[in-house]
Amino acid sequence: MKTWWRKGLFLGALGLLFLTGCSEKYPLLDPQGPVARKEYHMLLLTTILTGIVIVPVVILLFVVAFRYRDRPNSKAAYKPDWHESKWLEIIWWGIPVIIILIIATVTVKETFALQYPPEKKEPITVEVTSLDWKWLFTYPEQGIATVNYMNIPTDRPVKFVLTSDAPINAFWIPSLGGMQYTMPGMAMRLWSQADEPGTYIGKGANFSGKHFAKMSFKVNAQSQEDFDKWVEEIKSTKPALTNEGYAELSKQSVVGESAYSSYPEDLYMNILMKNGGEYMPNHWMMMENQKTAQPTK
Amino acid sequence: MSTAIHKSSHGSVHESPKYKGKVLPLEYTSHEGPLNILGFWIFLATDLILFGCLFATYFVLRTHVDGGVTDKELFDNITSFTAETVILLTSSFTSSLAIFAMRNNNKKRLIGWLIVTVILGLSFVGLELREFIEYYHEGYTMSRSAFLSGFFTLVGTHGCHVSLGIIWMISIITQIARYGIDAINARKTFIISLYWHFLDIVWVFIFSVVYLTGVVS
Amino acid sequence: MLDRLKEFASNFFVTGEPMIYMSDVAIVLVSLAIIFTLTYFKKWKWLWREWITTVDHKRIGIMYLISALLMLFRGGVDALLMRTQLALPNQHFLDAQHYNEIFTTHGTIMILFMAMPFIFALFNIAVPLQLGARDVAFPYLNAISFWMFFFGALLFNLSFVIGGSPDGGWMSYPPLTELPTDPGPGENFYLLGLQISGIGSIATGINFIVTILKMRAPGMKLMKMPLFCWSVLASCIVIIFAFPALTIALLLLMIDRMAGAHFFTMTGGGNPMMYINLFWVWGHPEVYIVILPAFGILSEVVATFSRKKIFGYASMVASLMVISIVSYLVWAHHYFVMGASAGVNSFFGVASMIIGIPTGVKIFNWIFTMFRGRVRMTLPIYWTMAMITCFAFGGMTGIMLAAVPIDYQVHNSYFLIAHFHQTLIGGVVFGLLAGLYYWWPKMFGFKLNERLGKWAFWFFNIGFYVCFMPQYALGFMGMTRRVYTYPADAGWTSMNFTSTIGAYMMGVGFIFMVVQILYSIKYGERDLTGDPWDGRTLEWSVPSPAPEYNFAHIPEVEERDAWWEMKQKGQSLVQLNHQKPFEPIHMPNNSGRPFIMSLFFFIAGFGLVFNWWWMGAVGLLGVAVTMVLRSQERHDSHYIPAEEVQRSEAALGRF
Ligand code: HEM
Ligand SMILES: [Cu+2]
Repeated sequence: MKTWWRKGLFLGALGLLFLTGCSEKYPLLDPQGPVARKEYHMLLLTTILTGIVIVPVVILLFVVAFRYRDRPNSKAAYKPDWHESKWLEIIWWGIPVIIILIIATVTVKETFALQYPPEKKEPITVEVTSLDWKWLFTYPEQGIATVNYMNIPTDRPVKFVLTSDAPINAFWIPSLGGMQYTMPGMAMRLWSQADEPGTYIGKGANFSGKHFAKMSFKVNAQSQEDFDKWVEEIKSTKPALTNEGYAELSKQSVVGESAYSSYPEDLYMNILMKNGGEYMPNHWMMMENQKTAQPTK
Repeated sequence: MSTAIHKSSHGSVHESPKYKGKVLPLEYTSHEGPLNILGFWIFLATDLILFGCLFATYFVLRTHVDGGVTDKELFDNITSFTAETVILLTSSFTSSLAIFAMRNNNKKRLIGWLIVTVILGLSFVGLELREFIEYYHEGYTMSRSAFLSGFFTLVGTHGCHVSLGIIWMISIITQIARYGIDAINARKTFIISLYWHFLDIVWVFIFSVVYLTGVVS
Repeated sequence: MLDRLKEFASNFFVTGEPMIYMSDVAIVLVSLAIIFTLTYFKKWKWLWREWITTVDHKRIGIMYLISALLMLFRGGVDALLMRTQLALPNQHFLDAQHYNEIFTTHGTIMILFMAMPFIFALFNIAVPLQLGARDVAFPYLNAISFWMFFFGALLFNLSFVIGGSPDGGWMSYPPLTELPTDPGPGENFYLLGLQISGIGSIATGINFIVTILKMRAPGMKLMKMPLFCWSVLASCIVIIFAFPALTIALLLLMIDRMAGAHFFTMTGGGNPMMYINLFWVWGHPEVYIVILPAFGILSEVVATFSRKKIFGYASMVASLMVISIVSYLVWAHHYFVMGASAGVNSFFGVASMIIGIPTGVKIFNWIFTMFRGRVRMTLPIYWTMAMITCFAFGGMTGIMLAAVPIDYQVHNSYFLIAHFHQTLIGGVVFGLLAGLYYWWPKMFGFKLNERLGKWAFWFFNIGFYVCFMPQYALGFMGMTRRVYTYPADAGWTSMNFTSTIGAYMMGVGFIFMVVQILYSIKYGERDLTGDPWDGRTLEWSVPSPAPEYNFAHIPEVEERDAWWEMKQKGQSLVQLNHQKPFEPIHMPNNSGRPFIMSLFFFIAGFGLVFNWWWMGAVGLLGVAVTMVLRSQERHDSHYIPAEEVQRSEAALGRF
């Protein structure tokens, strides 16, 4: 019996850690943008809704097992043939049904909501390409490109358009919320937004070979003015990314951060197309991305 | 023969050729008969899902020709696949005739129809091989495009099934020739005919989903 | 010539790692020791006659069990290596490549070569006895299933010392696992090892469905069947519908790699999504294949040790069936973030949550079976309590993952890792251990020592929480799965370190279990009655271990807990022996062919791994020949004469 207590104590301590741990260390519990916040609220809601059933049930399990344990002269009732009760069973088919119904409703609602930009403001687009083992970010509106880090303006929806020129990976910025796979030939969309200026860590979340662990990147959120300044600075100080440069970059390697003042206009489309883009459901992107040139193929 | 077997007390509910008042067909009268036949039905269900997965893959990749040959261009030889279809359908019919002969306890006919079925099966496989070889010479190989990978794998898997069935059927024919129509051989024959009909049904799907759809599209 | 040989050997054998040299030496030594012992004690014949050629479900069950425990050991060592590497940031205990190989083999082994044979062990040991049958429906096929599993597992494990281990993760997603990015033979070992053992699993599924539908003792209607048999039926239904999808996924990837096809490549029009779909069409049902039998075990254990009928039998059956059906409709929850539309994600999310409902019902029913019972606190009930607790929370985090927006954040993070370990260890392994302790006396005729078992229990249990609760926290910290190291400034160190401590505690628990088994072989309490737990179902009505033919007379069943009811009425099978004359018993013959056929599969597989086509052809030809020989076989059974049955029952003190 004694050790069960110890286990309880340990779990309790761990629970406290979760509650008090909402610091920088727990980006999921400390959302920095509307998308992450939605997801965080969902997390709280389901924890509470499932917790109010499961915690009492587990307590009940131990109480029952303790009370009806086999010992000499036990005074507890013993009814070896009692094995059915319509009402009791209706109750416990009912409880989970209700809980699941609530969670399911909220889930459907939020899932649909997350399809759309978090706010009705002019979004900025960042095209993301995962490579072995690095990230390439291209800005179709600004015409610049960065590797392994990106800057974004705050308070403005960011539309990430994701693909891969290497085995599948996944793009994830825990503090800002949302994850999406990067798939060769497919252009997938992920909405995001940062509230406050700051530096957040982004990650490659799907195993993509030897140096997958090295695939994290920095996201610098900054005010619109700072962002514009940064774009200008990149444009004026950095070299251009050429097709040959890209070919070199896309070889398997681990590299640091870098930036480019420009990149071939049809680079992203070509990446999509050479990996079977014509067979994938990318039409939405072709239509939305008027600014991007048509493939040269 | 069969009476010795079904005296068994192996826990089976089928203890005599009569079950719930009805006289059972010969293939159900041995101890293993009903078990094997039910087991084989379940196996066919798994095999059906196997083919289902191949069909799904083919369907997804059908248009992924990578600038190469399309299904419409590939299946221009209508007579070839129509002949394959007719032959296989006929063989399914002859395998039914074999079972019919078995019911009438006519060993000669049974063997005869099984041999006809085997010959039809062989000609089906032969035609299919010829078709594949022809494609190969035109440069349409599995490694050319996803569409061709899907095509060869789906149709080839069916062809492998048919080839296996032919070997199996020959093995059963030799046993009927030696031991006649008894409960054991009846069970084996019945099961191979189930298998044969199943392959026929799968082919009907291949014919319509792969060939006809290709020609019409 | 010599140079070429040298070069070949250095590619063929995995070299350069002290750990691998060590295991090479260990493997050679152990093999020599086994060969020597067998030869010295003249046991080769015994091995062949009693085990390799056996078609007896009880012996096959034991062989499955031994393999499962060995694989649990190998997978466990993998786990400890990974946890050691992750205990502190920036360690070089394992390099990236090595770490990737280890998490791949760990996951694959634990699911396919540990959990699967473990459940099959218990299927084999318990189901025919519970049904009142003398064997499974297809004993010969049963032997094939085992040997296919065995050689599949052998092939997979061989990759550790020959050719190199697979390194694409247990899901082995292309295009990563296609030739351009994964040229070595490791991935081929994965594909062929799984394929060969997968064929065995499908056969087991068919076998047990027919056994359950056709081989029940007279009077045992489906609704009078023990719940474990129901759970096996549910699990096997899932097997036969799910495994073909894995077969195809593996086959197509193999064709890609060996024939240059373009199913899942990035070029040539291939579509990697298709693999991911096929994989999870099997992969999700697979987790239910292994958990359903654990549910069945719990139902047996709770009723037996509470000395009470199971509460809500009909609900239990309904929930098993609902789970087995719904488990087909949820596979896409493994890739909510792979570009599916909100509608698709909502469907699969809600379908996944629905599985929580019947699962919840089962938990209530177990509790109410204990309610007003007499709960005996033995090892099986310990593990049952641990399983219910752990699994309840695992289901809770499962529902959180099924809530799509949450999964958008925690997919592929340590939160996910913690979830599925809680369901797979806390659910499947704990449940199977409850079953193992429960049926052990039936298998071997002695009980396992309780004291050592409790040490094992507490180490394993506390270790589990210490290991995996921090991983939920790591998920919230943004730690992704499958990273071989992490920077010191990530703030993940303390949680990772704690987690490693927990993992070692579980390792200690495992050692206690081994000690417990060894100790009990010598000193364990012998079970002379055949009914050490005052059981309820028919397996406890026969001696432990059961004789070859299981039941001298097949009992007539009238009620649900058949054996319990017989005892209440003062009846037993011994009376049956006196009332009815002994009859000859029809039994299947032993055969070496399942072993030889699977060996040929192994040879074919090994050849294909290295693209040695001639060897592949030889292997497949061997398979074909053994199959034709089987087809030509007309009599594969014999009768045990009545006098011999009588003698054997008398020797067991039952006549
Ligand atoms: C109420 C029941 C359950 C629900 C709602 C549930 C839900 C989920 C979901 C949504 C995922 C995908 C998460 C992701 O990839 O982001 C998942 C992963 C997983 N679950 Fe569960 N689950 C449940 C029970 C189980 C059980 C019983 C098992 C095993 C016995 C299990 C084993 C797994 C495994 C192995 C994975 C991850 C596989 C991988 O990515 O490597 N789950 N679960
Ligand atoms: Cu799942």
